[in-house]
Amino acid sequence: MVEWTDFERETIQSIFGKMDYDDVGPAALSRCLVVYPWTQRYFGNFGNLYNAAAIQGNPMVAAHGKTVLHGLDRAVKNMDDIKATYAELSVLHSEKLHVDPDNFRLLADCLTIVVAARMGADFTADVQGAFQKFLAVVVSSLGRQYH
Amino acid sequence: MQTCAVRPSRHSTFTHSTSATGYNMLTKHEKELIAKIWDKMIPVASDIGAECLLRMMTTFPGTKTYFAHLDIRPGSPHLRSHGKKIVLAIAECSKDISSMMVTLAPLQTLHAYKLRIDPCNFKLLCHCILVTLAAHMGDEFDPVAHAAMDKYLSAFAAVLAEKYR
Repeated sequence: MVEWTDFERETIQSIFGKMDYDDVGPAALSRCLVVYPWTQRYFGNFGNLYNAAAIQGNPMVAAHGKTVLHGLDRAVKNMDDIKATYAELSVLHSEKLHVDPDNFRLLADCLTIVVAARMGADFTADVQGAFQKFLAVVVSSLGRQYH
Repeated sequence: MQTCAVRPSRHSTFTHSTSATGYNMLTKHEKELIAKIWDKMIPVASDIGAECLLRMMTTFPGTKTYFAHLDIRPGSPHLRSHGKKIVLAIAECSKDISSMMVTLAPLQTLHAYKLRIDPCNFKLLCHCILVTLAAHMGDEFDPVAHAAMDKYLSAFAAVLAEKYR
């Protein structure tokens, strides 16, 4: 069971409480597809992903980005049992979607950078530490049911 | 807590030297973009460098093991001077990315024979450099700039590790 300090809990609730999921979700996913183009392999039916502009303007990418962020919200609301919260999603990503679990790390890194760009100086080293610890737990939980 | 052991590498630490120089990875436009960004960082190298290091040591506590001989509290002069060295080396190299292998030869030797920092840590610092740039540049650090910078820093790290074995 993960131990969270008060600072970490407050930081996570604050960041996600103020976040526009419908803005940040698409930004993080499209950034991932641009910065790590091999991740596009999972989105063959999303249409035009030929360049950065196409990816950032693609409505299916945007819609999926929102889905992912709203999915992340479940961990924000259940910080004390993220593992159980994502057990089913982990099975889904492994057995149905066949997603390499390293991709969760790539997306988490892109999300961190999007949040850093939005928050600027408020995204201090300590805030980053808390945010990345949270995402590391999420990433680990999503990879847990892979066999 | 993320450590090198827990975080599998997403690209090989020891890449072939041709791809490590950036010849094949970066377009002319990307090289100009990278040089432009680092040029702006030179006057504030101590601030930026200290911030990158502080972010890395806070997020990835295992990296602190390499700094037992320094005062690494926020704002410490050690952090600023050490951070400045790193930023200036990256900035200098960005002015002529094609010559990376030559420019970095002395640093390669230093890291391989004296510092012997486990190369998995280079990725962690690179990530924190990207976060620092994003925090300072906001929207200007768009996905294209991010991709270019990530490629450059990966190549830099790979070249740095080339003499390890």
